Amino acid sequence: MLLGFHLPVSGRVRRPAPSAAAEAFVPNAWLRITTDNRITILAEKPELGQGSWTYTAMLVAEELELDWTTIQLEQAPTNPAIYKGLRTGGSGGASASFLPLRQVGAQAREMLRTGAAAHWSVPLQECVARNGSIVHTPTNRSLTYGELAIAAARLPAVALGEARLKRAEDFHVIGQGIPRVDLHSKVSGSARFGIDVRVPSMLYAVVARCPYFGGRLKAFDAAGARTVSGVRAVFQISPLPRRYNTAGGVAVVADSTWAALQGRKALTLEWEKGPGENESTAALRGRVLQAVSAPATFTAVNRGDAIAAIEKAATLHHASYESPFQAHATMEPMNTTVHVRDVEIEIWSPTQFADEIQREISALSGYSIDKVIVHTTLSGGSFGRRYQWDYAAEAFQVANVVRRPVQLMWTREDDMQHDFYRPYNFQWLSAGFDASGKLTAWRTRIATTPIAGTNLYTDQTESPGNLQDPATVAALEWYGADVEPYSIPHHRIDYVPVESRVPRSWWRSVSSSYTAFAKECFVDELAHLSGRDPLQFRLELLPQDDTESRRVRRVLQMAAEKAAWGKPRPKGFGRGIACRFGGSVSAQVAEVAVGNDGSVRVLRVVSAVDCGIAINPDGVRAMTEGAINFALTAVLFGEITIENGRVEQSNFHDYRVLRLNEAPEIEVHIVPSIEEPTGVGELGSMLIGPAVANAIFNATGIRVRRLPINRKLLRGSWRRENT
Amino acid sequence: MDCMYGALVTHLSLSVNAKPVELDIEPETPLLWVLRDTLGLTGTKYGCARGLCGACTVHLDGVAVRSCLMPIASVGAKRITTIEGLSSDGSHPVQRAWIAEVVPQCGYCQSGQIMQAASLLAQTGNPTDEQIDAAMSGNICRCGTYQRIRRAIKRAAAKRDS
Repeated sequence: MLLGFHLPVSGRVRRPAPSAAAEAFVPNAWLRITTDNRITILAEKPELGQGSWTYTAMLVAEELELDWTTIQLEQAPTNPAIYKGLRTGGSGGASASFLPLRQVGAQAREMLRTGAAAHWSVPLQECVARNGSIVHTPTNRSLTYGELAIAAARLPAVALGEARLKRAEDFHVIGQGIPRVDLHSKVSGSARFGIDVRVPSMLYAVVARCPYFGGRLKAFDAAGARTVSGVRAVFQISPLPRRYNTAGGVAVVADSTWAALQGRKALTLEWEKGPGENESTAALRGRVLQAVSAPATFTAVNRGDAIAAIEKAATLHHASYESPFQAHATMEPMNTTVHVRDVEIEIWSPTQFADEIQREISALSGYSIDKVIVHTTLSGGSFGRRYQWDYAAEAFQVANVVRRPVQLMWTREDDMQHDFYRPYNFQWLSAGFDASGKLTAWRTRIATTPIAGTNLYTDQTESPGNLQDPATVAALEWYGADVEPYSIPHHRIDYVPVESRVPRSWWRSVSSSYTAFAKECFVDELAHLSGRDPLQFRLELLPQDDTESRRVRRVLQMAAEKAAWGKPRPKGFGRGIACRFGGSVSAQVAEVAVGNDGSVRVLRVVSAVDCGIAINPDGVRAMTEGAINFALTAVLFGEITIENGRVEQSNFHDYRVLRLNEAPEIEVHIVPSIEEPTGVGELGSMLIGPAVANAIFNATGIRVRRLPINRKLLRGSWRRENT
Repeated sequence: MDCMYGALVTHLSLSVNAKPVELDIEPETPLLWVLRDTLGLTGTKYGCARGLCGACTVHLDGVAVRSCLMPIASVGAKRITTIEGLSSDGSHPVQRAWIAEVVPQCGYCQSGQIMQAASLLAQTGNPTDEQIDAAMSGNICRCGTYQRIRRAIKRAAAKRDS
């Protein structure tokens, strides 16, 4: 099954209906059916690799009964009057689309049926939609949707939501392993990413950015750069305020990317390091450790009286967990192409958030919203990074001077040193058992460099004091730390922000990427202290018979069974388990081999996933495999460090990422379900840290409480295991 | 602001995807940027410019090389093949295996992965896991499609054998 599609990268597509509207049936803003029987679906959710175009096509096709060979997919352009959801994040794309996109298909189906019934002068109930046609069942006559387009277009529109939707048991597209709609273009080299945008007469630009957070350009000499063949212009751009978070620097605009790079190399630059010049990972860690004992600024969860219960506990245990800044390091570095004209601004950007780019560039430029057109291109990975608009704002700054189409490209070094990093985080956990050995109290103190402190949505300067909105703090900084539905009577989570000039943002699974590490490792510690098997201990903490507990028990048991949990293990080999609840529910078992030299090899990961209806099961598997591999980088090697106010890493030699020879076998088992779908884009990334750390303990008796894993800690572990 | 000097432009005759190409270009320009910016062959990707990630992999006389590190003047008479030239319609056995195993997610690194795998299979018909590790570990995929890449290589190898 191959689907044709195209992405308007150089055209001027703005409206869902083209000039051939007279020949087309446009039942709504997401569908266009032409008389030559081509069905175009306009996708709002950008395709970053997560399969959004595929689930978009599937959801529409389910209700519209499409012939897959006739489908074309097109990315919807910015048009806030029509498209309200040109963004994706928080693993919410598929679940948010589940109802509206089926309504899109159902509405068109009903109008096509009505058109056919009128054409044949037969009762509506005798007309059935089937594989791209309406069939009159008594006579077996049929007309394709293209043939019916004109008749259907003349009908009064059926309101979205009025048309009947199928029952889940009648689905025959949803739940099937449909190959991605973008497969062919992505194996033939024809897929166009942001960096591949080519507009007539366009120029190429790079920016020499201030490497010091909070610093600025003091002086520069462009004489050398201007002599480089192909260089057209060299000029300063200023840093934009925190809302945009751009560093400012010197732009070099040229006839080709290579010429721009050579021009940048020939610049003489002098930076003022600014107030952040003493910032370092060591200094930050000192502040974080102070914050652990400082009064909490925010109490997130407070059930019972955890502080008193821990004081009274018969047995007490505590431990600290820590993980550093992480880069997104998408394979396609940040870039955006902008053409500023007198009347309008046209933007081509690989983004998760086109409608915000539209608003921000409108605000920066003074052009009204409708004069800023954003074409969302394919993105070469994102993982949360392209929810920012800094790179688009910078590209606008450059294009606004040049007044010709300009593609601003970030090099790998630019991308690595000017990311919005996963927050630095430290968690201190304590728990108490009563005299009978029952776990009665759990307390988590979380200290991070808050995402909210980067002030993405305000113009204010950095101030952790801005962390006043409970919902924001919950969503960004501590989500995933709550132990519920584990049955522990006294539970408290509190939070302390730590100042830093290093920009932060969402990194695949946001706070869950570190809260799950601390929580699921600490549960493992408590299991061990209680002399219980880690799987059994978790199951015993889930005594309730509520739906959530049942779902968690089921994924735990499924993963354990598929991974042969109780099977004897050879020396140096260990198994670890971890689970996650809230929204999609999942459990992972990791199998590791630890060498006596401290080397860690993750051999196999078995994952059980309950995400409600799996719209595209192979997509769920792909996302889970990918999220595990992505997060394994942060478990095994990844670490962004700061020295003298700037990032020390610059490319893949010093920000090491997982490679093919290090990737484990991965099995993904999906729990059958007819519940509403929930997200999977981030799910797999939350559990691999604790699953691997718990497996290392199982193999060596050594607790890993800081990521990435320090191999020195594990050296000689075989000997220690036996002592 | 037009450029004045510093450019030693050389005339080069190249073979790109089985077509002759005549170019006047600075000899130090990396093959990657000639393909992308001069010839419009954007299937070959920029990733790191240091030979660390493999996104820019193309073939010279059928052998995988990193185009980001290769000055255009050093190509000489060797035949350059990019992802666009691997097959006219995505039907190369490696591309077909990539489709069958549904390998790509974002797809950005996949041109390089496919070119690297095609080169491996041209040299080693039925590679072992260790040979796949050795050949493919220079190509980074941040979406994490490694398990499917390995399966697709084995699938393509099996198809050739049968």
